[in-house]
Amino acid sequence: MSVDKLTISASDLGRRRTTGKIKQIAEPYLYLSPSIILICLVIFTPLVIGISYAFQSMHLFNPGDVEWIGFEHFEKIYSDRKFFIALKNTFWWTFGSVLLQFSLGLGLALLLKQGFHGRKVFQALIFLPWAVPTFLSALIWAWLFNPVIGPLPHWFVSLGMLDEPYNILADPDFALFGPIIANVWFGISFFAITLLASLQSIPDEMYEAAAIDGASKWQIFSKITLPFLAPMIVITVMLRTVWIANFADLIYVMTGGGAANSTQILSTYIFTTAFKKLDFGYASAVSVVLLVLLLLFATLLLKMRQKFVRVN
Amino acid sequence: MSVISKPNLALTIGKYLALACYLAFALFPLYWLFKISVTPEKLIYTDGIALWPSEYTFDNFKSVILLTDFLVYFKNSIIVSFGTAAITTIIAAAAGYAFSRFNFRGKKVIIGIMLITQMFPLLIIIAPIYKIIAGLGLLNTLTSLIVVYTAFNVPFATFLMQSFFDGIPKDLEEAAMIDGCSRFQAVRKVVFPLTLPGLAATLGFVFTAAWSELLFAIMLINSNDTMTFPVGLLTFVSKFSVDWGQMMAAGVFALIPSCLFFIFIQRYLVQGLTSGAVKG
Amino acid sequence: MARIELKNISKSYGNIEVMRDINLDFADGEFIVLVGPSGCGKSTLLRMIAGLETISGGDLFIEEVRVNDVEPRDRDVAMVFQSYALYPHMDVARNMGFSLEIRGEKAEIIKGRTAKSAKTLGLGALLERLPKALSGGQRQRVAMGRAIARDPKVFLFDEPLSNLDASLRAEMRLEIAKLHKRLAASMIYVTHDQVEALTLADRIVVLNEGEIQQVGKPLELYEQPRNLFVANFIGSPQMNIMKAEFTDNRLVLENGERLEVDVSLALNEVAHFGIRPEHISIVGVNEGHAIGEADVVERLGSDSNIYVNVENIGQILVRYHGDISLEVGDKFGLKFNLDRSHLFDLNGMAIR
Repeated sequence: MSVDKLTISASDLGRRRTTGKIKQIAEPYLYLSPSIILICLVIFTPLVIGISYAFQSMHLFNPGDVEWIGFEHFEKIYSDRKFFIALKNTFWWTFGSVLLQFSLGLGLALLLKQGFHGRKVFQALIFLPWAVPTFLSALIWAWLFNPVIGPLPHWFVSLGMLDEPYNILADPDFALFGPIIANVWFGISFFAITLLASLQSIPDEMYEAAAIDGASKWQIFSKITLPFLAPMIVITVMLRTVWIANFADLIYVMTGGGAANSTQILSTYIFTTAFKKLDFGYASAVSVVLLVLLLLFATLLLKMRQKFVRVN
Repeated sequence: MSVISKPNLALTIGKYLALACYLAFALFPLYWLFKISVTPEKLIYTDGIALWPSEYTFDNFKSVILLTDFLVYFKNSIIVSFGTAAITTIIAAAAGYAFSRFNFRGKKVIIGIMLITQMFPLLIIIAPIYKIIAGLGLLNTLTSLIVVYTAFNVPFATFLMQSFFDGIPKDLEEAAMIDGCSRFQAVRKVVFPLTLPGLAATLGFVFTAAWSELLFAIMLINSNDTMTFPVGLLTFVSKFSVDWGQMMAAGVFALIPSCLFFIFIQRYLVQGLTSGAVKG
Repeated sequence: MARIELKNISKSYGNIEVMRDINLDFADGEFIVLVGPSGCGKSTLLRMIAGLETISGGDLFIEEVRVNDVEPRDRDVAMVFQSYALYPHMDVARNMGFSLEIRGEKAEIIKGRTAKSAKTLGLGALLERLPKALSGGQRQRVAMGRAIARDPKVFLFDEPLSNLDASLRAEMRLEIAKLHKRLAASMIYVTHDQVEALTLADRIVVLNEGEIQQVGKPLELYEQPRNLFVANFIGSPQMNIMKAEFTDNRLVLENGERLEVDVSLALNEVAHFGIRPEHISIVGVNEGHAIGEADVVERLGSDSNIYVNVENIGQILVRYHGDISLEVGDKFGLKFNLDRSHLFDLNGMAIR
């Protein structure tokens, strides 16, 4: 061993080790920093500001006139009849959309999992609605429900579901079905894609083993497929539920919350309050309530997942 | 599925029937859009519920291109969507790589933060964002849209990229590093070529999302020169007495890029989500 | 070609120390095999030498230079991975020449070197194929060729044969042995297969739970295991271990048999008596150290493994060279070759 080499490495030893370690620890943060900085600046800063509006009196009419009013908005929500109508509608809108999107999406994923002629082309076409811009979907469906230019009301009559062809979007009893159907049309793909991906990740040996063990098709589905999918299902359902509850575009374009508030959900209510009445303070307060409800829901679902889902 | 079962005729018919129903449900509305766009204006109401108009014309497409600002909107949307998709994919690839390859303090917190961005009502931040963008003097610029869209698309794109990286064995990078590559070289020469489908899927996904965004675009843009397609299309409703034929023709045009993109990428999207799950 | 020295190497994840006090000195050109059960830390140790895993404590020297903080790419080592880690998007030639390409060698030099190492491994006809078009054995050869082509200071092998079937494994084992002879390069080889360890190694390092159990030449480990772990781990079939006690100046087994062993040893510490299956012979009922009844007879052709139930001791495995006319249930005596027996104390350390 040459003496020079030894002295150099000994004197360098301390410094080199620390720089090496710092570099190694910092590396992942370096890669994450652009996204974190962007998210903090563009999403979280405005979010905090937005939440603070909930505690201020804020009308865009008179921008100078901003004052802190504490929980006044929240007290007002408590006695706001429209809020509770919107809350109820939000529930039905979200529940109906998620349930139908999920069950139809699962059916589609199971069909796609099996091979058939032209599967590739079929898969490309069947997922198309997802690529359609939301406002455009809303417009198309509004047209389809219109008895003058759309075929749906006439079909409903021939099926005996309606007495005469009229626009159900204008009927307070049925109006919410319109946006829900449009939403299902638009959202099946999302469930089908994620569920198809998880289905494909179940090893074939599992099915083979079950078949050899004498399981029927239904048993294979309920004892193997479903438990395997369960963790993915819970996450997907959670994300979609939250997303749909916040999703105002379809309803806003199709009915504007109309037919006597029968399609007014919380997010459209927030939108109208903010951009029609320009009452940003109250709109923010309603948003905060919605946010809290959604966080509660998500926590509850994740807790349930920990408890019931053991396969992972 | 490799479980062999006897072909059951009723079951097979049922299967194809179900497939046909799905296909009809998915495509009929798009067909209707196309039908209206080729219906001459005078027949829009009289042939309103006919499955195919008694006469058809491509005049609506012509007049959309020649008589409206359609091309401007189209160009703006292309710039915004491509810009957003490119920047988002780069940022998300870096973040997804960090999630896939490193264990570090605060990883769970950061994942949690990214999940939360997918959860709250967007409306709550639209007003503050408007104020900030206005304060920066960036209203009516495409840049502001690109920045905002990028921020909102980064979280999901990151998870997507992570699952693609998870599908590439770590051994490959290590082998490359032993073969003399720096980490950066290893990523560029080995990981990058293998993750091209993933990058394409993410690119296409974000492109589609940016292409159809309406809410921020309405808020942040109101000059005709910088309007994106969705906003421009909505002005068809308000500006003129609604010309449905033209509007639907414009809608057909609007569909083309995102649908093409989507048909091309959906295979990789499924594949990406799968490979991540397999390695899990 | 290099001397490698590990001084007090340790590894911890967070507060958990998984490896400690690793002191090793590998001579230039030596073939070292790291062997141990899964989770013993052998792969971690190899990856620390490669630079893929950080070293938590101690110093690692390659050719007298401390390389703890040197990037893998600057260590001039080559590694063959268990998964082979072939670059799926590059053909065989490019896979093998990749390190030279990175180093910026001229195209013709790369071509020459890859061709040469391809020829060595019989890969000449496959140079333009992609890895996915190769069989498992061919992939394994390419992975080796990649290492050879770059002519590194040290070759590292991480269980390179464990994904091959038995006959291919034997063939490649021979190939690696020849390779070492021809290149005379330093090689460090990780495996859990003791046959690979015994046949390939100049010296074997036995690891368990992050600690070195014994370092030695293959036969040394077989003949003089330093402790119970090595005694059990090296040798197939496994050594028979029975409890033993020291009474009345004699070593006594649990069936009451007194054994004639060297009294100069510290017999009062003996707790276990070990004897390999091949060092037991079958004799008449009252002629041996124990009486047993055949439970299972495995006939391998060249050898027979006889599992014998012995009262108060349990099952003892006897290896008989050739075939033997025994039936299950037959009774006979067992005679231990005491010169080849092993004694261990309460802590499992060998007494010798």
